[in-house]
Amino acid sequence: MRKVVGLILLLVVVAFLVWGVLPPTMHDFGYPPSDMDDYIIENAQEETGSNNVVTSVVFDYRLLDTLGEATILFTAVTGVLLLLRTLKRREESS
Amino acid sequence: MLSKIVRTVANQLILFILIFGLYIIAHGHLTPGGGFQGGAVIVSGVVMLLVAFSSKELKKSLRERFLSIMESTGALILIGLALAGIGTVFAYNFLVGTSIFGRIPPTGPNPGDIWTGGVIPLMNLAVGIKVIAGLSAVVLAMALFVNGEEVEE
Repeated sequence: MRKVVGLILLLVVVAFLVWGVLPPTMHDFGYPPSDMDDYIIENAQEETGSNNVVTSVVFDYRLLDTLGEATILFTAVTGVLLLLRTLKRREESS
Repeated sequence: MLSKIVRTVANQLILFILIFGLYIIAHGHLTPGGGFQGGAVIVSGVVMLLVAFSSKELKKSLRERFLSIMESTGALILIGLALAGIGTVFAYNFLVGTSIFGRIPPTGPNPGDIWTGGVIPLMNLAVGIKVIAGLSAVVLAMALFVNGEEVEE
């Protein structure tokens, strides 16, 4: 019984995923068109003074995103140090 | 600890890896790369030292307390620079046009000038410090844990 239910659920999920990438539901590449990329490519050097447009996006136009990335790194470091230390202490006490 | 040949080569090679990483961080606003990538290059040098020498040797020079302070300093510089432009919007590039990193390059391909970019070079430096300290702490802690040693305060 469980196997049959699982199989039906799997088929439903696969059908949903296939339906999602079929041409009627999927947009064409680059559609709908966006003006933001053209704006950044044309104005980044003048506005931020940086020759590297990728860096000017990462550190100027989308700095909040970079801040989140830095927070992820901070959390990862904190987690690793915390975990390894705790394991060491538990070994000693036991 | 590996053989004397490996240790000698690592000793000579770490200088070039450090210079290359610092170059990538400092030229983040001109060439491909930036704080994250340059920091990762320098941390690969730290990993080379960890392999060549033992983690017990490296523990003496890389203190965890120092690395924590370094990482927090990088994060504080980044947030401080972002908040300094709060008069306009958060993360406003307020240094463009001033005398500090303020030159504006011509639009289109040009040879590049190190004294451009506003706050971007400073933020690259801050993120570089942060990545170097953070990843070094992770790698060092893992190596020490595998060898069954304690992380030095």
